[in-house]
Amino acid sequence: MAMKIRNQTDFATGVLYVVLGGFAAFIASGYTMGTAADMGTGFFPFWLGVILAAIGLAICGSSVASGAPMETLSSWDWKALGWICVSILAFALLFEAAGMVLSIFVLVFVSSVASRKFRWQGAIANAFVLNVICYGAFVRLLNIPLRVWPDPWFW
Amino acid sequence: MELLHNLETGFVAALTLQNLLYCFVGCFLGTLIGVLPGLGPVATIAMLLPVTYTLPPTAALIMLAGIYYGAQYGGSTTAILINLPGESSSVVTAIDGYQMARNGRAGVALFTAGAGSFVAGCIGVLILAGFAVPLVDVAFEFGPTEYAALMTLGLVGATILSSGSLLKAIGMVIIGLLLGLVGTDTNGAPRYSFGIDELSDGIGFVAIAMGVFGVAEIIRNVEKDESRSSSVSKITSMWPTRADIGRMVPAVLRGTAIGAFFGILPGAGAAVASFSSYAMEKKISSRPEEFGHGAIEGVAGPEAANNAAAQTAFIPLLTLGLPASATMAMMLGAMTIHDIQPGPQVMASDPALFWGLIVSMWIGNLILIVLNLPMIGMWVKLLAVPYRALYPAILVFCSIGVYTVSNSDFDIYLVCLFGAVGYLFSKLNCEPAPLLLGFVLGPLMEENFRRALLLSDGDFSVFLTRPIPLVLLVITGALLASILLPAFRRTREKAFVEN
Repeated sequence: MAMKIRNQTDFATGVLYVVLGGFAAFIASGYTMGTAADMGTGFFPFWLGVILAAIGLAICGSSVASGAPMETLSSWDWKALGWICVSILAFALLFEAAGMVLSIFVLVFVSSVASRKFRWQGAIANAFVLNVICYGAFVRLLNIPLRVWPDPWFW
Repeated sequence: MELLHNLETGFVAALTLQNLLYCFVGCFLGTLIGVLPGLGPVATIAMLLPVTYTLPPTAALIMLAGIYYGAQYGGSTTAILINLPGESSSVVTAIDGYQMARNGRAGVALFTAGAGSFVAGCIGVLILAGFAVPLVDVAFEFGPTEYAALMTLGLVGATILSSGSLLKAIGMVIIGLLLGLVGTDTNGAPRYSFGIDELSDGIGFVAIAMGVFGVAEIIRNVEKDESRSSSVSKITSMWPTRADIGRMVPAVLRGTAIGAFFGILPGAGAAVASFSSYAMEKKISSRPEEFGHGAIEGVAGPEAANNAAAQTAFIPLLTLGLPASATMAMMLGAMTIHDIQPGPQVMASDPALFWGLIVSMWIGNLILIVLNLPMIGMWVKLLAVPYRALYPAILVFCSIGVYTVSNSDFDIYLVCLFGAVGYLFSKLNCEPAPLLLGFVLGPLMEENFRRALLLSDGDFSVFLTRPIPLVLLVITGALLASILLPAFRRTREKAFVEN
C-alpha cells in the first residue's frame, strides 16, 4: 500500500526533528552518560534528542494519516534569502580588516538588492546616512573601540 | 505598610536623573518600533542589549522594559490610523479602531487606546508589586525538584498557549533546550562544541534572538514586499463624549482584569489577552452589532488587556526567574549579562533594582501618554519611511551590535546562520518563541533536574511524592490533556485565526 503524504509541511518538519534529534542523541552518546543519580555530560541531551526524534516520528505519522489536511510545501524566496545572507556574511568577513565604513556600504548595498524596489541611488544614500548615524552613535557617543577605516597593514 | 515602603524604595531608585532618562529612551524607542511594522520588541531588545553593557544594571533593565511596554502602546497607533497593526497584540485594536477612524473619530480612538493603556498599566504595576512579596516567600521554599517541575510546567504552558501545532511547538522547545546546552558542561567537559573555540562558552543568545526574530523576519517581509497604504486618517478632536466615557470605563476595567490574568500565564502574553478581551466585550455588549463598525469598547478593552498583560508578565520572571514569553526570555538574558541571577533572591539582595524597575514601569506609562497623545503626528510621519530603506538599517545595527557583545565576528556568522534557520522554521509553520524560551532555560533546567535526582538518589518518583512538584506536574498534565478535548481545541484555534 502506497502511503500518501497529505501534509507536506508537517512531514518535512517531522523529518527535520528526527534528523536533529537523532544527531543530538548520537553525539551525546559519545559523552559520559552517568546514571540518573549522577548524570554525566551526555545524559540530559541524549534523552532530549530521543524525545525530539520521537516527536518527529509522531508528526510524520500524523501527516500521512487519512484525516490530515492537505498542505503543500510553501515556496522559498531564494533571492531575498540569498542576498540578505550574503550581505551579512560579507560584512562579517570585512568588518575587522576593512573597517566600519566600507563594511556598512557593502552590507547596505548588497542587502538592498533583495528588494523588488531596489534602486542603487537609494541604497548608496541609505548607506551614507547609516554610516553617519553609526559613527555618531557607536564611535562618538558610546566610545566603542571599532575600526572605522581599513587597516593599512592588512591590504 | 510594607508595600508603601517598598514602593518608596522604588521611587527613590527610579527617580534619579539617569534612570528617568533611560526610562524615557526605552519608551521612546519602544513607541518607535511599535509604530514601525516588521520590527518587534524581541529583535529590538537584542539589538540594544550590547549598548547597555556600560550602563548600571538598573538603568539597563529600566530601558529594556520600556522598549517592551512602549511597543504595545505604539502598535495601537498605526492599527487605528492605517489599519496596520505594528505589533501582534494590536491586531484586534485595528478592527474597531480603524472603523472609528473612518467614521471621523480617529482622535477619540487614539485617546481611548492611550487612556485605557495608562489605567491598565497602572493597575498592572500595582498587581505586580502586590504579588511579588508573597510569591517570593513561596519561591524561597523551592528546591531543585520544585524548580525542575516548575520549568516543565512553564515550557509546556508556553507551547500550549502559543499558536500552531502543539507537537511542533514542543519540538521547538527541545531544540531550544539542546541549543542552550552547547558549550561546556558544569564539570568542564565540552559539549556540542565540535572543537570550535568560539562555541566553548555556548551560543550567544543575542545572536540567536537577532537571527530568528530579526533577520528571518526581514527575509519574510522582503518576500511579501508589503506596500503600505498611505491614506492616514485625519485626527480631529481627541476628547470623548460623556457617553463614550460611560462605555469606555467598564471595558477598560474588564480588559485590565483579563490582561493581568493572561500576562502571568506562561506563553499567553499580550496577544491572547487582547483577543480574549475583545471576544468578551462583544459577548456581553448590549449592542453587539456595533462591533466591527467602530465600537469604542472594542478599542478600550483589548488595549487595556494588552498593557496589563505586559506588566504582569514580569511577575513570574522577577519572583521565580521563569520567563513567560520570548520578550521575557530576552529580559532574563539581559539580567544574566549584568550578573543578576533572576529569581526570588533579587528582591532581597538588590531591592533598589527590583522596586526601581517596577516603579519605573509606572513612570514609563506616564511618559508614554505624553509621547503618544501630543506627538502622534510625528509618529505617523515615520510611516513614510519605505521598508527597503528600513531593513538594511536593521541589519547594520544587528551586525555591529552583535559584534560588540564579545568583539568577535563569529557572532555575526551565527546571526546569518540563525536567520536562515528562522526562515526555514517559518516555512514549516514552526513558531520561534518556544525555541528562545527553551534556549534560555536549557542550562537551568538541566542543573535543577540533575540536583533533584542527585538528592533523591536517582529516584524519579520524587517528582510525584513531594506536594509542590506533584501539583505543578498535575497542572502540566491537565494542560496537555485539555488540548485533546475538542471544545478547548476549537476555542484555541479560533483565538489564533486573527493572528
